Amino acid sequence: MLELPAIYAENIHRWLPELLYYSITTLKIAAVSFLLSVAIGMVFALLRISKVRLLRAFAVGYIEVARGLPIVVLLYIVYFVPPQLFPELDWRWFDDFTGAVVGLGLHGGAILAEVFRSGIEALHKGQREAAVSLGMTPAQSMAYILMPQAARIVLPPAGNYAIGLLKDTSLCSLIGVNELMNDAKSIAFADYQPMAVFVLVAAIYFAMSYPLSLAVRYMEGRLNVSR
Amino acid sequence: MGFWQILEVRGWYFLTTLLGGLPATVLVALGAIAFALVFGLVIALLRMSSWRLVRVLAIVYVEFFRGTPALVQLFVIYFGFPDVGFQPSPFQAAIIGLGLNGSAYLSEIYRAGIESIHRGQMEAALSLGMTPLRAMRYIVLPQAIRTMLPPITNLSIILLKDTAIVFAVGVVEVMALARNLVTETLQSAAIYLIAGVIYLCITIPMSRLAARLERQRQAWQ
Amino acid sequence: MGRGTGGTADGDALLRIVDLRKSFGEFEVLSGITLDVRRGEKVSIIGPSGSGKTTLLRCINYLEKPSSGHIYIDGMLIGEKQTNGGYVHLSDRELAKERQEIGFVFQRFNLFPHLTALGNVTIAPQKVLGLTREEAERRGRDMLEKVGLGHKISEYPERLSGGQQQRVAIARVLAMQPKLMLFDEATSALDPELIGEVLRVMRQLAEEGSTMVIVTHEIQFAGEVSDRVIFMDQGQIVEQGPPQDVLFNPSLPRTREFLKHIQQR
Repeated sequence: MLELPAIYAENIHRWLPELLYYSITTLKIAAVSFLLSVAIGMVFALLRISKVRLLRAFAVGYIEVARGLPIVVLLYIVYFVPPQLFPELDWRWFDDFTGAVVGLGLHGGAILAEVFRSGIEALHKGQREAAVSLGMTPAQSMAYILMPQAARIVLPPAGNYAIGLLKDTSLCSLIGVNELMNDAKSIAFADYQPMAVFVLVAAIYFAMSYPLSLAVRYMEGRLNVSR
Repeated sequence: MGFWQILEVRGWYFLTTLLGGLPATVLVALGAIAFALVFGLVIALLRMSSWRLVRVLAIVYVEFFRGTPALVQLFVIYFGFPDVGFQPSPFQAAIIGLGLNGSAYLSEIYRAGIESIHRGQMEAALSLGMTPLRAMRYIVLPQAIRTMLPPITNLSIILLKDTAIVFAVGVVEVMALARNLVTETLQSAAIYLIAGVIYLCITIPMSRLAARLERQRQAWQ
Repeated sequence: MGRGTGGTADGDALLRIVDLRKSFGEFEVLSGITLDVRRGEKVSIIGPSGSGKTTLLRCINYLEKPSSGHIYIDGMLIGEKQTNGGYVHLSDRELAKERQEIGFVFQRFNLFPHLTALGNVTIAPQKVLGLTREEAERRGRDMLEKVGLGHKISEYPERLSGGQQQRVAIARVLAMQPKLMLFDEATSALDPELIGEVLRVMRQLAEEGSTMVIVTHEIQFAGEVSDRVIFMDQGQIVEQGPPQDVLFNPSLPRTREFLKHIQQR
């Protein structure tokens, strides 16, 4: 029978600092790809509601493909396909970290595009007109009337996406990024302690994601009150 | 040879090889969904138990599985369980891992569906002499199904996509074959793109279906 | 055995309530209700909103768990059982069995929207009483016939008017052949022109000798069908007696004020 507490007592001083060090890489990947997702999401939300049919079709196509692919597959495609498609270019800058961030960003961009679109569509034209008719400038009506209403719709799903993203960074280990999951694997198999190490890693991921999910619930609660 | 030439010359071979992994992909997905459908309902019912301790345990379960990556869960099961005396096969590990993960999400779907049914329905059923379980089965769940069908379809899509990581515990499915082919031929671009197309051919129709179910549900209300 | 122990039904008491109390947090909604209802008796409960009459009815069916006190139907303790250590609450299964004897008609009907009128009426006889589908449907048809809805058996609730829905709800209760029927403001969610059809069905049941406890704001109806009227206020029975006394010649100023108030509406 396995004695987890004893194993931890013996090894944690070696494991934990190392795992926490690689957690920073995990957080970095999550943060950068989140920002990239927001940028891509904004652009595609606008394309998606564009008056030009072709742009709309392009946006729909992108969203369907990027959401329909398993993230691992998307990561493999992003990381391996471009260098083979365009072998004449210089790809030395395109390391595994960049590949991970771009892959996760492309996936997140598709998710956030739909989130932002629902936020934009929820705004009634009358709201802007009412604000302007009260003498607000367009900037004021955006800041005081439109954005708060859109935020209410956008923030909770965007927060949920962020939680998912944090967990999905673990998939980057499969394309060889040295982050938390990859490090966990090497410790687990070097020390022959898979159970202890992976449970510990699960706890670390949980410690990172749970505050986020509490924050999302807090937002949902607060935003609902004034509805 | 350039990319397009390779696609032309070897594309068919790549595609048929990868399709050989499709049964395993589908089997893991269906197994995980079935597991999650049953176990998720158990968790949802425990979550509504009148015993505080039971409720708390159910919440901890849901929070834990939603708060940690599926890959870690798979590794705990496949590499960790042998330490405590159970050596699952790759298939078992994949189905249990993704199934447990899905059940945490499904329990929330069930709960939201059940809570969307007015309290009066439960009371009316109880007042007619039904036990709470019977009231759930004959009165509340049949009504809640309509609300739950679109999110259940969406969750099925997610579980299907998640099967693309189970090669990490040794299941020989589409992605595992893709990786093998790449080591063999070094044609990663063509192979991974074809793998992507295979997944899209399943997930896009499924998400169309989910959207249609959702529109139907809204029309009903 | 003294009054209030209630272990055996003395006289003809079908329903016996002994010192029933119910609190929600700090707030006591029922402050010691003691009440006997004879077999075949029609009792109307009136009183201002918040007086506890609906809670009383819900306690009888154990939709609310009383904080203290006991309820007996036909001498049988409802919702709990006596052990040598005292009283313990029944399991869900035991409770379900007891509820078969008590019909409850809700203010908001609570019809099952996924079932037809006939489905609503037959589901409990099939699943609870274990009747075959044919038996349950025969009984269900009879009951829908009885409430004047024989022509609507395959309609879904959303296609029925409020009055029709409430009559289906009554048929649903009748199909269980309960010993006692509870009506919780059965007409107050209805448009005025639909109230009559529901009252007509209730009156018919009264004439057939059912035992009924009716919470209502329909004073005239209460006066016509009841053997006894109870006036409740602030969680207590403050006045009770034959309808002509309580409704038309109340002894307490509080009752008089309430009646004057409600008749002005």
